[in-house]
Amino acid sequence: MSNDTQPYFIVSTAPHTHSGSSVRRIMLDVIIALMPAVLASFYLFGWHAVRLTAVCVLGCVGTEALCRRLMGRDLGIGDLSAVVTGLLLAMNLPPALPSGMALVGCVIAIAIAKQVFGGIGYNPFNPALVARVALLMSFPVAMTRWHDALNPARWLGFAWTVPDATTTATPLGLVKTALTMKQPLPLTWDNSTMLDYLLGNMSGCIGEVSALALLLGAGYLLFRRCITWHIPVTYIGTVAIFAAILRVVDPATNMPVSFHMLSGGLMLGALFMATDMVTSPLTRRGQLVFGAGCGLLTILIRRWGGYPEGVSFAILLMNALTPLINQATRPGIFGQSRKKK
Amino acid sequence: MRFYKELVKGLWAQNPIFRLVLGMCPTLAVTTSLANAIGMGVAVTFVLACSNMVISAIRNIVPSKVRIPCYVVVIATFVTLVDRVMNGFAPDLHASLGLFIPLIVVNCIILGRAEGFAARNTVLLSAADGVGMGLGFTLALSIIGTCRELLGAGTLTLWKDVPLIEHIPGFTPIALMILAPGGFIALGSILALMNNLQATLAKRAGKTIPPPVHLDCRHCVICKWGQ
Repeated sequence: MSNDTQPYFIVSTAPHTHSGSSVRRIMLDVIIALMPAVLASFYLFGWHAVRLTAVCVLGCVGTEALCRRLMGRDLGIGDLSAVVTGLLLAMNLPPALPSGMALVGCVIAIAIAKQVFGGIGYNPFNPALVARVALLMSFPVAMTRWHDALNPARWLGFAWTVPDATTTATPLGLVKTALTMKQPLPLTWDNSTMLDYLLGNMSGCIGEVSALALLLGAGYLLFRRCITWHIPVTYIGTVAIFAAILRVVDPATNMPVSFHMLSGGLMLGALFMATDMVTSPLTRRGQLVFGAGCGLLTILIRRWGGYPEGVSFAILLMNALTPLINQATRPGIFGQSRKKK
Repeated sequence: MRFYKELVKGLWAQNPIFRLVLGMCPTLAVTTSLANAIGMGVAVTFVLACSNMVISAIRNIVPSKVRIPCYVVVIATFVTLVDRVMNGFAPDLHASLGLFIPLIVVNCIILGRAEGFAARNTVLLSAADGVGMGLGFTLALSIIGTCRELLGAGTLTLWKDVPLIEHIPGFTPIALMILAPGGFIALGSILALMNNLQATLAKRAGKTIPPPVHLDCRHCVICKWGQ
């Protein structure tokens, strides 16, 4: 026996193989997946998008480090989750929002929505969405001042001051105003506007406008198996079904299905926010329920609610239901027969 | 000496809000401004001192089986008094405190002090306890109210016509802080700060303080509690 010192067997508990994935790797994948939309927002909104993204990412990472330090734990910013929260928060903000307000959002997202509950993995609600809703309640004027996505010519001047931009309502805002004032639909909807909306040439939060870039990123996430198709497909599908029903019932006051698909935060919400691993159900069946609930709430708020857009509220409400959905869709133990009552 | 001790314990060592965590309903609801907080605090202090004295005086003649209804009748009497007087002399304050004045009847602090202190102490000590607890309550409410009004409205008003700060230049108020979630956020943050301060002070003094009973040490990596 030459290698007596080597153990013959290594005894350990399961799991015995490891896919090599880690929190850091998943977060890195999400950051990569967000890049098309981030770059699109830089292109469409120029300096303001760069400023907001930088402020939010730095603010979130800084808050995370500060909170962890206050609590006497290791800093834990290496897992990149704060970077993801910062990116997502920035993408949910209107372009002209002052940096100070964005910083308030960062503190709310990390300190109140995440670290208070125990840090990554323990937060019941999506931190970026909590911050967005808190900002919407705190600064209702600043959070609803929308600028048109502007011509990239602004980049050439690279205006460090606030550039000239036209202030307009979001498409969903226009529709909501028309609905409450009982006026005819304000938008014409044809192939060229649809293309504009697909590419992101409309007013809205900096990261939500370009559906194409978001879909590209989500494709990468699906390919990397960071997300599954269940939540996005049921979410967008439910919105589509109910938008179609509304359109058929009353075409005079309801926009077509493709408008609901491409406007507002639906793509960002369904692809990147609702699929958050921590705050969505664990089981596939539960994810189907979760997505359908998000879709139903979104279309209800868009059509009858007080706010023009309901994606953030819908996802937060369904986040609250996630433990119940998990409980209800708990899979049976292998080999156990289903009891008949 | 004992009188003095009962008087000051409510301010810090046994502060009803920050230490005993009693009476959360008015704490969260009426601290949207400093004026409201002070008004509520004064009303509660009056009711607390008076009801403590009366309950202490009748403690030997009330049968223990019916003591709680008797206490509630005494408390409700003084609350009605406060309610009517405030309605007559400070109608603005009465309007903004609204339902929370009658609700003082069911405030945990008052019944808690009646049951926990006045029912087994002399009239004088009970009065000291009531005043001290009431002042501690007022102090805590004022701290929370100051934070919320400064952050949420950008103003600070001591009384309805006595503004301390009317406008902070370059500051946009965070309206969330005067909405309902702001109450929870402000109270939680202040409690956390105070616990942290206490732990740090104890550590510096070389003492270990026991962790809060609800803190499950198995699931917690925080080691400020002397471990």
